[in-house]
Amino acid sequence: MGGNSDMKLIDENGIRIDGRKIDELRPMKIEAGVLKSADGSAYVEIGKNKVLAAVYGPRECHPRHMQNPAKAIVQCKYNMISFSVSDRKRPGPDRRSVEISKLISEAMEYVVFTENYPRTSIDVYIEVLQANAGTRCAGLVAAAVALADAGIPMKDIVPAVAVGKVNDQVVLDLNKEEDNYGQADLPIAMIPRTGEVLLMQMDGHLTQEEFDKALEMGVKACQEIYELQKDALRRRYAIVNNEVEEEVKEPSEDVNEEA
Amino acid sequence: MARSIVSEIKRDHIHKLIADGKRVDGRAWDQVREISIQTNVVETAEGSSRVKIGNTEVIVGVKMAVGEPFADTPNKGVLSTNAELIPMASPNFESGPPDPESIELSRVVDRGIRESQMIDLEKLCVEPGKKVWINFVDIYVLDFDGNLFDACSLGAVAAIKSAVVPAKANGLGEDYPMPTTCTPISVTSVQIENSILVDPTLDEEKVAAARLTVTTDDNGDLRAMQKGLSGALTMEQVKTAIETSRRLGIEIRKLIG
Amino acid sequence: MNNESMTRELVLPGDLLDAGTMKPGEGTYVHDGKIFAAMLGIKSVKSNFVNVIPLGGRYIPAPGDMIIGKVIDIGPSNWLVDIFSPYPAPLHVNEVPWRVEFGDTARYLAVGDTLLAKVLSVDETKRVQVTMKEQGLRKLQGGQIVEISHSKVPRVIGKNGSMIQMIKTYTNCRIFIGQNGRIWMDGNMEDMVHAMQAIKMIDEGAQTLKLTERVKEFLESVYRKEE
Repeated sequence: MGGNSDMKLIDENGIRIDGRKIDELRPMKIEAGVLKSADGSAYVEIGKNKVLAAVYGPRECHPRHMQNPAKAIVQCKYNMISFSVSDRKRPGPDRRSVEISKLISEAMEYVVFTENYPRTSIDVYIEVLQANAGTRCAGLVAAAVALADAGIPMKDIVPAVAVGKVNDQVVLDLNKEEDNYGQADLPIAMIPRTGEVLLMQMDGHLTQEEFDKALEMGVKACQEIYELQKDALRRRYAIVNNEVEEEVKEPSEDVNEEA
Repeated sequence: MARSIVSEIKRDHIHKLIADGKRVDGRAWDQVREISIQTNVVETAEGSSRVKIGNTEVIVGVKMAVGEPFADTPNKGVLSTNAELIPMASPNFESGPPDPESIELSRVVDRGIRESQMIDLEKLCVEPGKKVWINFVDIYVLDFDGNLFDACSLGAVAAIKSAVVPAKANGLGEDYPMPTTCTPISVTSVQIENSILVDPTLDEEKVAAARLTVTTDDNGDLRAMQKGLSGALTMEQVKTAIETSRRLGIEIRKLIG
Repeated sequence: MNNESMTRELVLPGDLLDAGTMKPGEGTYVHDGKIFAAMLGIKSVKSNFVNVIPLGGRYIPAPGDMIIGKVIDIGPSNWLVDIFSPYPAPLHVNEVPWRVEFGDTARYLAVGDTLLAKVLSVDETKRVQVTMKEQGLRKLQGGQIVEISHSKVPRVIGKNGSMIQMIKTYTNCRIFIGQNGRIWMDGNMEDMVHAMQAIKMIDEGAQTLKLTERVKEFLESVYRKEE
């Protein structure tokens, strides 16, 4: 957080440097089921962010000592690839990625019905291909879609967004410049229907009033993102036509009987 | 990277098909899967590509920075190639430091580019002995269905060919295209039941006895080769693989443009 | 009152299924007295129970399921079978049709062998046991294996086995379908290719209109050509 309020990031008409209004999201694109090997996957673009998420599981838990006899563990690994940022980043996890991985794992653990799969691990891999602020939120948005795509039972699909403060104004979905020169950054993930907050961090300076405003903005944006996540999944699994179908549950054994 | 166990039935089925001159996906022995190449896919990189060969998919980025040359090549830019087998690409890839598979992959791709002198490193000297352009070619495998050598090489070549030297941002004049001299293409074959099959799928790689990756340049000359897996190749098989690689290399090179 | 669902409605986790008149079935959860979908799938109503039939996800073994597994490890008194579910299944020497001496296990089943087996039991922690002791269960040899999503297995079988019977008739192949999404077939090379293509059509297009007819058309066109 630069906190440099000399830098003019919002003009007199309330328009930001990328042409957005203060409560406007960057253009978003979400695709589900983009990889073949993974059990579930999703690709998300938010502004100039490009994020890919893949899910494997539930599967045998490695390392073995992390197995939980009563439920599945959710292991999310967030990573930024070396060329996702202007100054090449050496491949491999750094402390920031480890922290973000932990927070996203905790958020997803809350919504996944882990009791259905004791002793297994549900592994979520998030790779940021191109970064422009708000990558942990973009990553979580992708992870949620990938989990649904993988057929993992969950309470709901989880949207996430970052709200911030720039030139003393609360604004939605900071881009890179706003994040660098802004005065506060508040990423949140929530379940829109219940209002439960699953991830929240804040750094910078916000008065109570500003925080309340930011939260309100974030909640509204999460609802929008939620619809886009669902739309991505509906498109992937589109049923071409409603048709009358008999439900077939148990196959009869004689199917495998040989003459 | 653990090689997972192939069922006997799958192995036998592949062998039976080969005896009949066929492959599981219906390809001819010397036919490559569908290739798709996209460049400029990541703007934070100086050059980038996303390449698919069949269901194998990689993303490659070229990052350039000004740095010190190596002592023994004071007037040449530096090339560093790294391939990551990230866990999202396969149930058998694990997180962690590079394992022998990814190290071999990185080094083979690197040799193909270096030995062909694809990047004109002498043109990337800023101040002899003091400042040169350092080129980082970073490859990430996103989806694994066999033949990483070719997918990664092709991705690297496409990313390098479309790269732009960020001179302006480094106060060194106007940006200009990466200086390249040729387009090396790698083509990999495997030996199964003494037949040479090009561009193996994952299942084919799992039952193969040996593998040969051959990199040729625009003149059809050999620039790099790597024999892999723990079986053997006869001299005849080596010749066949090289000839096929050279021939297919010409076709694939056209896709880079 | 006829509660059978007449349309195939796609639902996503968190979608509201019913506000309080029905009972929660498979793939659902209850919150605040309302029933919500717990996974991505098709909403289905049967006898006042609302269920979600999953469209994806891993195979979760249930006792009595016939499955096709692959031997991945051998011990002195058991084998470990990968049944392509989150849980590998031990196969004990007591659960095979042969009399196996202690330590002699490799002679009967080797790593990489494919077998037709049945899920014997699944305990509360989801530990699975399989058996080969029933009539018809055995090691499979030759032929080919096709892997599909386990949730598509009912469609490959069809109502009263109609779909799979049609494929078997046209292609003249022996076909065993594992509940876990593994399908084994044997026949002529050409016929197996056709059977595999028909099955892939179902796996990839199970949501499209008139699937049975399309598969039938495909099989007819392929075999008509060959006459």
